[in-house]
Amino acid sequence: MTKPAVEAIAKVGDLPLGFIGRPKRSRAAKTGDWRSVRPVLDRARCNYCGFCYFYCPDGVFQDMGEEKYYQADLDYCKGCGICAHECPKKAIAMIQEEV
Amino acid sequence: MAGRLAMDVSVAVAEAVRLANADVIAAYPITPQTRIVERLAELVANGQLDADYIPVESEHSAMSSSIGAAAAGARTFTATSSQGLALMNEMVYVAPGLRVPIVMVVANRAISAPIALGNDHSDIMSVRDSGWLSFFAENGQEALDLTLAAFRIAEDPEVSLPVCLSLDGFILTHITEPVLMPDQTEVDRFLPPFKPSVQLDIKDPISMGLWAPPDVYAEARKAMALALFSAKKTVVKAFDEFNRIFGRRYRPVETYRQEDAETVIISMGSISETAMTAVDEMRDLGHKVGLVRLRLWRPFPEEELLAALAGAKNVAVVDRHLILGCGSGPVGLEVKSLVCNSGLRPNITNFFLGLGGRDVTRANFKYIRERAAGVRNQLRAEFVGVYE
Ligand code: SF4
Ligand code: SF4
Repeated sequence: MTKPAVEAIAKVGDLPLGFIGRPKRSRAAKTGDWRSVRPVLDRARCNYCGFCYFYCPDGVFQDMGEEKYYQADLDYCKGCGICAHECPKKAIAMIQEEV
Repeated sequence: MAGRLAMDVSVAVAEAVRLANADVIAAYPITPQTRIVERLAELVANGQLDADYIPVESEHSAMSSSIGAAAAGARTFTATSSQGLALMNEMVYVAPGLRVPIVMVVANRAISAPIALGNDHSDIMSVRDSGWLSFFAENGQEALDLTLAAFRIAEDPEVSLPVCLSLDGFILTHITEPVLMPDQTEVDRFLPPFKPSVQLDIKDPISMGLWAPPDVYAEARKAMALALFSAKKTVVKAFDEFNRIFGRRYRPVETYRQEDAETVIISMGSISETAMTAVDEMRDLGHKVGLVRLRLWRPFPEEELLAALAGAKNVAVVDRHLILGCGSGPVGLEVKSLVCNSGLRPNITNFFLGLGGRDVTRANFKYIRERAAGVRNQLRAEFVGVYE
């Protein structure tokens, strides 16, 4: 995945008074662009134990059910590597993002 | 209680806060500011001022509470001095960034160490760069009037920034002076109810002063710099309106017998009254000397000051704060940096005077005039009246 471009450069005259912000639901805050490494799953090794699903601090894994694996949503995965660290089968590799 | 009254200047300031109908006062007592907040506590306790008085546990909390109160839409006042302002420092820098219009009076007192109670400007200069508008009062009437004006300027939607008013500790705060006390209807005409430009509201939640990553921090700070510079227009407008309602005229920069002066002395605060008397006495002896007084210190009144210095051959800048390790005081630095690219070529000299409560006399100003007319290429500011 290529990193999303900075959406807009804020200009001096456009900034809100007091540098305020309004609360957003976390779904609106795409933390995926913080990532410098991304989890890549080797399905041949995965035993569908679900550790990655439970340990991910951002809850980005989706249970793929019949297909018996968990899929990370890269819009939100911030690349912490906890899933790879916790995976008992070493099925997740953290791969450098291209800039 | 309106009309011409004899009153402690501190009490006159408290009366101005009452007339302004402040909603919240958050303060911690410290000499020589104590009388101001003590009087305000009395006014609140006696029901003469309908405000919340927050007796905080430190000046850091005084400013934190003031920021919160102003952000919630309350007209907010605080006062401090010296070490109190130093303790408050972190939050002093936060207030302008949040664009909350707090009014703070600083009863100027020397900063430690050695521990001191006397008056100079070393406390206020520690927040010189913080983004507050900053004024210096010369006498009791001005302390009262500028307190009222401070609320109006701070709360103007074109400004929405905190305003600080410096009163020389003891020399103003502890002196009884005759003051013209305005009546409530005049004040109400001058000072409309506070309508915040940014406001905390539980029905429409916001966060203030959010994290600014490197791609926007500089833009946010530049926006503050521009806001502070452009606040000068509102200062002048508010002073005009003040004159219309109360009949007293204030300007960002005052001049006294400076039109044809060869030597111009620049001062701030209460010592300017002594300086004017000294100017009269020197004029009687035939010396072409005049005085320029900065009432507005931040934003620095560049155009007004250059205009006032246009005819001067010698400019003598009085400083009441040492920048340790630097050859000039803060006012000296500012004047030199302003003048050096202006096309004016006066001989600028810089003098430290009245540090830590040392009396400032007419003789000091006479000495300064002589030195200003005689010394060339002064590298470092001279300490006046220091025993060596
Ligand atoms: S790298 Fe971190 S955030 Fe991304 S999927 Fe793994 S545990 Fe979740
Ligand atoms: S922790 Fe490893 S083995 Fe378990 S489901 Fe996730 S990727 Fe598969």
